[in-house]
Amino acid sequence: MQIPISNRYRTLRAPASSYRRSWMTFTAILFLLPAFVFFTIFVVYPVVQSFYYSLFNWKGFGPAVDYVGFQNYQRILTDKAFIKAVTNGLILVGLSLGIQLPLALAVALMVGRELPGRRLFRTIFFMPFVFSEVITAIMWMGLYNPDPDRGLFNALLVLVGLKPQGWLGDPNQVLGCIFIVLTWKYFGFHMLLYMAGLQNIPREVEEAALIDGANGRQMITFVILPLLWGTIRTSIYLSVLGALQQFGIIWVMTKGGPVNASEVMATYMYRYGFVRFWLGYGSAVAIVMLLISLVFSLAYLRLVKQQDYLS
Amino acid sequence: MKHKILILSCIMVLVALVVSACGPTTTMQPATETPQSARTQSPSQGNTSESPTPSGQKVVITWWHITTAEDQKAVWQKLADEYMAAHPNVEIQITVMENEAFKTKMTTVMQSGNPPDIFQSWGGGVMIEYAKAGLLQDITPYLDADNGAWRSTFSPGALAVYSYEGKNYGVPWDMGMVGFWYNKTLFSQAGIEAPPKTWSELLEDVKKLKAAGITPIALGAGDKWPAAFWWEYLAVRIGGKEAFDKAYSGQGSFADEPFVEAGRRLQELAALQPFQDGFLGATWGDEATLMGNGKAAMDLMGQWAPGTFRDNSPDKKGIGDALGWFPFPMVEGGAGDPSDALGGGNGFAIGKNAPPEAIDFVKYLTRPESQIQCAQVGFCLPVVKGGEAGLSDPLLIQVQKGAANAKYFQLYYDQFLPPATGSVVNDSVQALLAGTMTPEQAAQAIADSFRQETK
Repeated sequence: MQIPISNRYRTLRAPASSYRRSWMTFTAILFLLPAFVFFTIFVVYPVVQSFYYSLFNWKGFGPAVDYVGFQNYQRILTDKAFIKAVTNGLILVGLSLGIQLPLALAVALMVGRELPGRRLFRTIFFMPFVFSEVITAIMWMGLYNPDPDRGLFNALLVLVGLKPQGWLGDPNQVLGCIFIVLTWKYFGFHMLLYMAGLQNIPREVEEAALIDGANGRQMITFVILPLLWGTIRTSIYLSVLGALQQFGIIWVMTKGGPVNASEVMATYMYRYGFVRFWLGYGSAVAIVMLLISLVFSLAYLRLVKQQDYLS
Repeated sequence: MKHKILILSCIMVLVALVVSACGPTTTMQPATETPQSARTQSPSQGNTSESPTPSGQKVVITWWHITTAEDQKAVWQKLADEYMAAHPNVEIQITVMENEAFKTKMTTVMQSGNPPDIFQSWGGGVMIEYAKAGLLQDITPYLDADNGAWRSTFSPGALAVYSYEGKNYGVPWDMGMVGFWYNKTLFSQAGIEAPPKTWSELLEDVKKLKAAGITPIALGAGDKWPAAFWWEYLAVRIGGKEAFDKAYSGQGSFADEPFVEAGRRLQELAALQPFQDGFLGATWGDEATLMGNGKAAMDLMGQWAPGTFRDNSPDKKGIGDALGWFPFPMVEGGAGDPSDALGGGNGFAIGKNAPPEAIDFVKYLTRPESQIQCAQVGFCLPVVKGGEAGLSDPLLIQVQKGAANAKYFQLYYDQFLPPATGSVVNDSVQALLAGTMTPEQAAQAIADSFRQETK
């Protein structure tokens, strides 16, 4: 059964509403247009252009003419150095998720509380993130210098009577050394994310848990972590993409060496694109990198969305 | 009503934004096409700029160099001022750039097909790529004019670095060679009386130095090119000019025996562990610091080494008079001549649209008098006969003579070969030293890359 007044209301309302709605759509398009135009020019167009160049054997002089189809891609996927670069990238991702983020979370839990001097610690932990990558890299190169008279780490080892290490010059140690630098530089950023997340957890929930007799560990596993999940999700996402695209620190410290031991996708791309001037091949590497990051992003978004529905 | 005015004004702002955002795209479109059009138009463009200029109109020469130090830059400026004073119809526009900025800028101007008239060049591979793309001017006729009056002033090895298929696209103004810089004090501490003359003597000396607790050789293999010098020089000594020419012309290849043998010899040296700890990750700066502080006995490096040794020592004096120089030892059974040298230096390439005045000015820059001035200020090892009068450091005189008298002068591989192959050479030698590649694999990788780049 219908109430007449609502009917009348609808008929009265309808023309105005459709007029309004088209206006709204029009305004929405207008407001989206600048972002769309800039995005197209500065993101979509270069990606399309890279893809186009990736089909050529092109060295950057004059127009690209030597069309080779998907040969560049074939070569990338069979190149041992690229496989090594991907493996190294995955190792860095694994280490970031397994060590860097838990560390950041632990520190955030500590300095996020009302502890004396927490401001000081917060500043100290966050400071490395403010440094530029190049400054960070050069500073750590000094620390890792294998000459015991110049490098702090070997000086300490010699002081306690141990053998000095090769660090960045040792293919077996170099990736670990770089991971330490990455952790030092970026854990402060993730700590800050977590601290912001912690502040959003309502006091009352924690108090209620306390009254129910939750101990510290239970408080973290059953109250804080679930409520912090949104933040953790974001930080995992940023951390994985950051590790996959890492370039500056590695390029300055080792150029991906010795002998590809610290090669990652971005240094590989730079080496081929801008050191060997195979711009076509470098473009193909860039596209592969884009695809890997894109697949991860989409899969991840889907995964965490499903989890959202579950919880 | 107010609402509508607001929306309308928003629309106007947006339209303005969109229109201005379209600006770059429309101008970008022709820019990507310029290489093609520029290349097809180049003959006519060349003609117009080469046609005699009406009196009163100045000929403008653009000159890009990367000599940034104040006292050195002043030498170029002074020479340009002198030339302009003597030729009132010429205006020289100098652009001084830092090395990396210059390289970046070159990539863009070369892509757009508009090189400057005179610009910094190291010869070899990159210059050859420019020449192949038709971006440089063949100046051979100027060199050969008057029975080769200009050509005969140069040392032939240095001049050849700026030629491709018998044509010169530039000229050198500085050329040095790689050799051993050594610490005389440390050598005598290890009981070594004279620098080694053969490869096996070098290996013996390395053992003696190690036994005396001295790091025999400083090496920045993380930067790769310092390590590549070793392999390249071994190839020069073992294969000589013939092996290289065969490989370069495609009759032979870089996988031929001499190049494999070079790798074997290098690994033979590496097996003695003659380098400082962590050398695989070290930079050229680390290498120079070791030498400058007297912590390593020798270093295979080019003419710039003593200056860097000094800069990287705490008192800026380096090891002073203890520094000596000797050429790369002969390898037993090698085909190379003792005078053969591996080295490189600086020069000027000539852009395709350069007016004849630009070449005349370069001729002025490479007079012995100009060379003496740059040698005195200390930023060149002269390549023109008579220019060496400007040198005073006995070690540098040794280096300059070595480079000028070389029967076969080989530019560093990473500059002479196509850039991609040069980079493969550097990467492969590092892998040889790390033991992750065999001499055969390294030579093959270089050969493969060269074949692919030159097909």
